[in-house]
Amino acid sequence: MSEASTETLSVVVERELPFPPEKIWRALTQPHLIEEWLMKTDFAPVVGRRFDFRADWGGVDCQVLAAEPHSTLSYTWAAMGLESVVTWTLTPAGAGTRLRMEQSGFRPDQQQAYQGAKFGWNRFLGNLEQVLARID
Amino acid sequence: MPTSHDVLFRTLADPTRRAIFERLCREGEQTVGALTAGAGISQPAVSKHLAALKQAGLVRDRPEGRQTHYSAQLGALAPLIDWTSRMAGFWENRFDDLEDLLKRMDQ
Repeated sequence: MSEASTETLSVVVERELPFPPEKIWRALTQPHLIEEWLMKTDFAPVVGRRFDFRADWGGVDCQVLAAEPHSTLSYTWAAMGLESVVTWTLTPAGAGTRLRMEQSGFRPDQQQAYQGAKFGWNRFLGNLEQVLARID
Repeated sequence: MPTSHDVLFRTLADPTRRAIFERLCREGEQTVGALTAGAGISQPAVSKHLAALKQAGLVRDRPEGRQTHYSAQLGALAPLIDWTSRMAGFWENRFDDLEDLLKRMDQ
């Protein structure tokens, strides 16, 4: 248990996409495109910039940590008391791109993580499922 | 054999016990006396709940002089809070939508 309480958890989703990094970069960084697959946002790929993602169920507060065009994008992700960092990595792969998303930094012993779980996280995910169900 | 989930659920199923645990989460380390003051039940009853919470790994006790201080062990909740699999599902769905968008986008 003591090991689990100090461990930093992360989520990695990786996919090879038949599109060039430049095109994927646009989808990751242009607000009108981000809105189509993630959430409404006032994002701009400028290091240090604070922005948020907004949806019916609430929002996510973020700050840009890194933005290397066509290769790396990283921002903090704070939602419902859970603080983490989301990092996108684009690597050319054949005619396409390997896109990797890593969200890291959850620590199960964090007070805010517990509060987030208790008061908001279930609602966040419940609402998220409703939102997703409405999207074809 | 009861799993860690069973023990946690059973321990936190009691509303009074859960209230004590939530208070420790919210306010940090407390003595039995301090916990009793806000609990509306007797000190022996609070002690009994604390023993059950300790058994489940949800609280830790720290003797200091004549007092025992109790603190919440949030790591014990980890089996219930499977962030990683929930977030992985979220991002898999987002990747699907991203891929759909990329197909629709101009070069």
